Amino acid sequence: MIQVNRVRNLPAAIRIDGGSKGPLGEGGFMSSDNRPLSPHLQVYRPQLTSVLSFLHRMTGVALTPGTLLLVYWLAAAAAGPEAFATAQALIGSIIGRVLLLGWSFALFYHLCNGIRHLFWDAGYGLELPDLYRSGWLMVFAACALTLGSWVLGYAMRSGAW
Amino acid sequence: MSRRSPLGRVRGLGSAKEGAGHWWGLRFSALALIPLTLWFAASVAVMSGAGYETVRAWAASPLVAGLLLLLIVAVFYHGARGLQEVIEDYVPRKSVKFTAILAVQAASIVLGLTGVLSVLLLLFRV
Repeated sequence: MIQVNRVRNLPAAIRIDGGSKGPLGEGGFMSSDNRPLSPHLQVYRPQLTSVLSFLHRMTGVALTPGTLLLVYWLAAAAAGPEAFATAQALIGSIIGRVLLLGWSFALFYHLCNGIRHLFWDAGYGLELPDLYRSGWLMVFAACALTLGSWVLGYAMRSGAW
Repeated sequence: MSRRSPLGRVRGLGSAKEGAGHWWGLRFSALALIPLTLWFAASVAVMSGAGYETVRAWAASPLVAGLLLLLIVAVFYHGARGLQEVIEDYVPRKSVKFTAILAVQAASIVLGLTGVLSVLLLLFRV
């Protein structure tokens, strides 16, 4: 019998181990009305690996409206001083800064986790201990890059450098 | 260029459509975006609170303009392909899926071209 530690308490019908009978036994895997369902989000207890994976997609999707800001900023600079001043004021407003904070974290998160993905695609770091190590390292790096860029931004703004 | 391995092609392995090219395209653009986004984020942070003239002088450099063009192309290519993957995974109805992917691609082209034109204007306007 397969041990599935990560599955929450579930009705017997969708237990992955299919009850006490073997795969082909009565009420086991293969009976048509009691087939094991593919484990999905609500079945698994969240783990670092799965949470980081969802976040990769979510930050990727969240970044696409962020491209509007990039294009708006460039177009405003191209349009002239007045349009650019308006853009800077919008981005510098409270709402603008909150959005920018979210987007900067999403950017650094997607970037750092994307590097993990590239290593996996090359066949490295796929063992479970490596996944956890690179996962925590990535979370730390994304937070550090976000914090670092904001510290740099505010330091430049106040003329510390 | 499909970049499928010769053996895979001969055996007919993998996607029968443009899956291999799509897969590589997403990875190559990701690779390009690592240095480009780090450079852009650092540049923007350094120019935080700077006035119009500073930003204009920065964007008037051919090196900066070239990097900005690369950034824009890679961002919209990567974004459109990535969103397409998400849509293909989560939108079951074919008509909606087709329309959504078309809309993403159209928006990427329009936004990308706007960005490219802005960079060129900043570069060439005297």
